[in-house]
Amino acid sequence: MTETNLYLTMKGTTEGIIVYLDDQCSFEQLLEELHKQLESDAIHQRTSIKVHTQNRLLDTQQQDEIRHLLNDQHSIGIKSFESNVISKEEAKSWYDHITLKPRVKTIRSGQELHENGDIFIIGDVNPGATVTASGSVFVLGQLRGIVHAGFPDGANEVVAASYMNPSQIRIADQLSRAPDYEVEGSQREFAFINQETGQIELDDLHNLQKIRPNLTDISERGL
Amino acid sequence: MGESIVITSGKGGVGKTTTTANIGTALALQDKKVCLIDTDIGLRNLDVILGLENRIIFDIVDVIEGQCKLQAALVKDKRFDCLHLLPAAQSSDKNEVTPEGIQSLVEQLKPDYDYILIDCPAGIEQGYKNAVAGADKAVVVTTPEKSSVRDADRIIGLLEQENLESTHLVINRIRKHMMDNGDMLAVDDIVSTLSIDLLGVIMDDEDVIRASHHGNPVAFQPDTKASIGYRNIARRILGESVPLMSFDEDKGFLFKMKKLLGMK
Repeated sequence: MTETNLYLTMKGTTEGIIVYLDDQCSFEQLLEELHKQLESDAIHQRTSIKVHTQNRLLDTQQQDEIRHLLNDQHSIGIKSFESNVISKEEAKSWYDHITLKPRVKTIRSGQELHENGDIFIIGDVNPGATVTASGSVFVLGQLRGIVHAGFPDGANEVVAASYMNPSQIRIADQLSRAPDYEVEGSQREFAFINQETGQIELDDLHNLQKIRPNLTDISERGL
Repeated sequence: MGESIVITSGKGGVGKTTTTANIGTALALQDKKVCLIDTDIGLRNLDVILGLENRIIFDIVDVIEGQCKLQAALVKDKRFDCLHLLPAAQSSDKNEVTPEGIQSLVEQLKPDYDYILIDCPAGIEQGYKNAVAGADKAVVVTTPEKSSVRDADRIIGLLEQENLESTHLVINRIRKHMMDNGDMLAVDDIVSTLSIDLLGVIMDDEDVIRASHHGNPVAFQPDTKASIGYRNIARRILGESVPLMSFDEDKGFLFKMKKLLGMK
């Protein structure tokens, strides 16, 4: 079902109704049109819709205005705002989140390294050191300290190291620590959250491509 | 123009002061002009280990405050003419000492000495910052214990921000049999964790304690394992290439005979 008005296009899809807003007219015209359409009952009340603004970028205030109109006056929920464009700021932070940050450095006791995106440490992470990344952490050296990958909510991120003997590994909101007895550590391993158990597990590095085939695929890291 | 070396560790009680006294002594034995500076204000020890406690008249705080001239505060060693000590203050307010103060002191001393060794207090607070401010190079002392290696790692991280020419490692108080049993960290493991160059290893030796007790640094004795370790360190500082000493115990006459006869 497609219904076209002057500035509004409504499409029924399997995901529900998507309302496309024209991107050439002024925002006031849009609001007016939207208001008119709602008055004429084109959309049933108490449904949830997606709002797609095409090539128009709405700031939070404008989003609030639309939300106010739909939600408060007509009790129509908004699942999400979508758009073909993003602001420079968003683009920068997205770029920051998806780029790999190489660091040639041994992270020593008491030192902390925080980065957005993936970190590639060419050096060791010593006991007492902390590394935090919003993406994955790769250590080309000995990992003996604390690493937190996927901070705060990237449950698909991993921690990989050439030598793995960490005191703690944290991924998203999961935590796993070394046992109280002394362990030898192991070569070429990675840590990930097993989706079935929800717990952090270690596996041989060879299996990384099986378990996380899309690890480096940036389109997986949604906008 | 001399060079200044800070001797530090982070953790207390690993042997910074003993190491300072002995490297200083070993360098003096090689006819180098050496000045030792004790920056552990309020807990001075270096003078005791050198046996120079009774000769102190002025101290480092007096010099920095301008109460006396730098030359007047230097204590000459009782064994060498070329070894001098600038003692720490025992009672004065330690806030008088600043990184700039130590820096200018060291710069004043450099033309007259080959080596200036700065004994750093434990910890990573003001005292540490003061001691490091005047240094060209650093020597980090650690023992083969986890806690002390952890603190050494912390210190090395801090030293990396200081623009020093080099940072070297001394592993002190090695007990051969405990290392062999795996009850202590092995030398290789420590070096691999800290990833800095090893300057030398010192065996744990009762003679060190005995020598400090009598105010005569162990480096004077020509034949103990510890003194050989210190002398080797001094030679390496002077640029010689000296192989690392073997940890093996001297097994006595019978063992040597058996070895000679091919029975071992």
